Amino acid sequence: MTPTNLPKNPKIGAAQIRLLERLTNACSVSGDEGELRSIVLELVRPAVDEVRVDALGNVLATKRGQGEGRPKVLLVAHMDEVGFIITHDDNEGFFRFETVGGADVRYLAGKPVWVGKEHIPGIIGSKPIHLTTWEERRQPISVDSLRIDVGPGNGSKVKPGDRATFATSFTRLGPSLRAKALDDRLGVATLLELVTHAPQNIDLLAAFTVQEEVGLRGAGVAAYALDPDLAIVLDSTPAHDLPSWDGSENTRYDARLGAGPAIYVADRATLSDPRLVRHLVETAEKAGIPYQIRQPGGGGTDAGAVHRQRAGIPSVSVSVPARYNHTPAAICRLSDWKNTLALVYAALLGLDGKGWKVEGV
Amino acid sequence: MKELIRTLVETHGPSGYESKLRELVRAEIEPLVDELRVDALGNLIARKGQASPEGKQVMLSAHMDEIGLIVTHVDENGFARFTTLGGVRAQNLPGGRVRFMRGPMGVIGVQYHSEPYASSFEEMFIDLGAKTRKDCPVQVGDVAAFDRPFTNMGERLVAKSMDDRIGVAVLVETLRQLQSTPHALYFVFSVQEEVGLRGARTAAFGIDPDLGLAVDVTGTGDTPKGVKMEVGLGKGPAVKVRDGGMLTDPRVVDWMVRTAQKARLPYQLEILEYGSTDARAIQVSRAGVPVGCLSIPCRYIHSPSEMVDFGDVQNAVRLMVALLSEPVTLG
Amino acid sequence: MTDLLALLKKLLAAPGLSGHEAPVREIIAEAWRPLVDEISVSRLGSLHALRRGDLPEPRPSLLISAHMDAIGLMVTGLAGEFLRITEVGGIDARILPGQLVTVHGRKDLPGVIVQPPSHLLPPDHHEDHVSLDNLLVDTGLAADEVRRLTRVGDLISFAQAPIELGGEVIAGHTLDDRAAVAALTVCLDELQKRQLAWDVWAVASTQEEETLGGAATSAFQLRPSLAVAVDVTFASSPGTPSYLAFEMGKGITLLMGPNIHPALYKVFKALADRLEIPYKVEVSGPHSGTDAYTMQVAAEGIPTMVMGIPLRYMHTPVEVVSMKDIARAGRLLAEFAAGLDTETMSKIVWE
Repeated sequence: MTPTNLPKNPKIGAAQIRLLERLTNACSVSGDEGELRSIVLELVRPAVDEVRVDALGNVLATKRGQGEGRPKVLLVAHMDEVGFIITHDDNEGFFRFETVGGADVRYLAGKPVWVGKEHIPGIIGSKPIHLTTWEERRQPISVDSLRIDVGPGNGSKVKPGDRATFATSFTRLGPSLRAKALDDRLGVATLLELVTHAPQNIDLLAAFTVQEEVGLRGAGVAAYALDPDLAIVLDSTPAHDLPSWDGSENTRYDARLGAGPAIYVADRATLSDPRLVRHLVETAEKAGIPYQIRQPGGGGTDAGAVHRQRAGIPSVSVSVPARYNHTPAAICRLSDWKNTLALVYAALLGLDGKGWKVEGV
Repeated sequence: MKELIRTLVETHGPSGYESKLRELVRAEIEPLVDELRVDALGNLIARKGQASPEGKQVMLSAHMDEIGLIVTHVDENGFARFTTLGGVRAQNLPGGRVRFMRGPMGVIGVQYHSEPYASSFEEMFIDLGAKTRKDCPVQVGDVAAFDRPFTNMGERLVAKSMDDRIGVAVLVETLRQLQSTPHALYFVFSVQEEVGLRGARTAAFGIDPDLGLAVDVTGTGDTPKGVKMEVGLGKGPAVKVRDGGMLTDPRVVDWMVRTAQKARLPYQLEILEYGSTDARAIQVSRAGVPVGCLSIPCRYIHSPSEMVDFGDVQNAVRLMVALLSEPVTLG
Repeated sequence: MTDLLALLKKLLAAPGLSGHEAPVREIIAEAWRPLVDEISVSRLGSLHALRRGDLPEPRPSLLISAHMDAIGLMVTGLAGEFLRITEVGGIDARILPGQLVTVHGRKDLPGVIVQPPSHLLPPDHHEDHVSLDNLLVDTGLAADEVRRLTRVGDLISFAQAPIELGGEVIAGHTLDDRAAVAALTVCLDELQKRQLAWDVWAVASTQEEETLGGAATSAFQLRPSLAVAVDVTFASSPGTPSYLAFEMGKGITLLMGPNIHPALYKVFKALADRLEIPYKVEVSGPHSGTDAYTMQVAAEGIPTMVMGIPLRYMHTPVEVVSMKDIARAGRLLAEFAAGLDTETMSKIVWE
């Protein structure tokens, strides 16, 4: 049963920020998304008509709207984060590990981690500088040479197969939020807010997917099962809006912090449906919501898998830009998150059932 | 003051051979100070003022020596091989002119090689116009400094050895303009800074000051694709926060900044990621001394054409006078 | 009895980079004040704490040094809303991307160190080669706030909170050398119940990571008859050659080499054997890499000794140390100090 004391429109307030904190502090490495799945199920169950967990661990939920010919809109956010998997017990509390998903290997040495379901504290150590040479320091540190050290006392609590994540806690920094896994807890938090405040003019199909970071593996089967008319993917796009070393203009920033939700036109995996892009842009301009076009180029979101399912599903991705994704601490602006939710909600309200299965572009 | 600077920079005095500078400075300051002496290493030490109850023993230091070359061998054709005194840069040498302390002039030449690459000192030599070893006017052990005239560009001044003759000039001019002081000020015109801060070390031990302040040059970050550094020419003298050898006592940084602000003088905060100054040697003397450094921003340090901004130099003098005229409160 | 864990957490939470040690000095002074007769601060900021002995004047003295300064970073300039940085002390730049830090500006600002993508780096840099002057700090604030709150010269500390890793093992930044400061505190605490013949100076020295200037000038000022430096040494961990490292949690190290007076080493060794305190012998070259290097040549020279506490991942924010080893070091220091008498110096001679 949908609780009746909710505010009518979705928004980002203190409760939503607390939810994001809970989500980012939770650990769900690709293939082992249980912690996120229980939080999502807990919050989604009371708000929807149907919810189930599929064969890969995706959470699929449906909230039906009202009115004839209403479109079935799939909204997607992935629950997994990049992290590590323990591969070998080297004794004395030291463990070999591999990265899962594209964790930025330049950011690993000298960092604290949480291991396993109990979040056992550990660290990825690094050779003392005193024992390195200048040539050595010009070479990257190989993941092979690193170990997770949980201390000699806790070695028995960790075993090969356990996952580990960076041990960064959520924090608010003025206009910004800093946490691990903003990619894609921002998407998950946004989707949870939309599911619990679903617009009535559509059937809202929500897919909280698994294993996006290791090849968009959950999203494809979710889209196949839910068979929507169109899809909007809520991910977090990297922002590379840093200064150039010599002060010249940065022309490859991907997206910028503070410039609003980033609408994807093209990335390595998907050419967004132009009608959806147009609809988002027109919605933003009409409602006075700032937005940016994410620079076409590399990268990919769950849309890459979704749009190729069945006979094709018109898709687009909208992201909250964040810096330093796939590192211990990512940073986004609160205003961008608020505007992303506002834009997607307004866009959903403006959708009708006409023309999504027809070839008109 | 420009005339003083010209005279100082055009005089030759590489590390260990500072006598001409010493005589010059001595003549300039003798009428201005209470006491003058030269210590065992050749530092010129001048005291002005007596320490009043609210005053301190303050050591000020600017080094008289410049980088130079010293002959290691004269070959049978009269070419002189050399090594360096202080941080000479190989890329600044080919084609340059040097003057030996004994008078003769020489040109620096380089061995030929077919691939262009940066030569080392071992591949260079000094040509004094001799034809044989016998008629070469210099011998092993003779010392030379770079030879370039002072150039007055108006706001900008260029010369070799602005490092640290500009500091010497600032201290001399400070002495001229200082009306009164509650402190016993020891103006040290130091020797052998470029080869390891040797003069300052012994001078500090001898004086045993309560507070030390060096005046030296620092680099800038304001040339095309230059070092990343906030200091620039014309933005005021720089208060050194740290350099490659020293962390300035934060209380001293604070005192210098407050004084500059109160006197409405421009100033910059400086971090230099390499190099060091006399202040470092003073800091670890005996039981330790709180030190700071007032830096004159300078482009092309250790090249034959070091460039400073005259406004920065004048403001440095004003700031020194302001610092030394009042009691010092290190919070 | 010192609550070692609580003391360590307090020590690790206080900033105190080389040259700017005042905040941590306050914490140490607070801990030492009830344990000593006199406390003072040297001209370079080192903390001197005296426990007076009973022998008539002129009384010989022992100086025990543990350095309180931390390595960290400093702001060299602003680039829009980002900060450019340099190091204070020696840091392998490869561990910096992703480190949480605190920028000590007009107020303390949380930040993270980040590496720009390669197209924003100089042409001779590939993605993998991190040089410190191309890293940035992002505080999450807008450019005008950053300009208002920070400036060139502001210090930056690592913000890694201490982590307890089971088995009395703790991880955190600046255990080099606050672990030794803690050991020295344990020593002073032990000595409370003991008679002392000699004066004992506990010195929390400054600037070890940059110039060794604190210990040098303190030794010059205090002119002890003997000086002992307590510092951290390399503990076995992956990638550290086994012949250079010592097992953590299995005892301390006693150094021998040109920087150590052999007779003093013998006294320490015999004492550790007698007390059954586990230790390993650590051979060092002429530069022990500790305060002892400058203390040995202060003024007329001083017989010096070095005691090591094994520590993993030195000079990273996740250094790891065993509190058992800290307690052992403290105990050995206390027993040594308590055992000093009128005969001691006659044993510290060259053969």
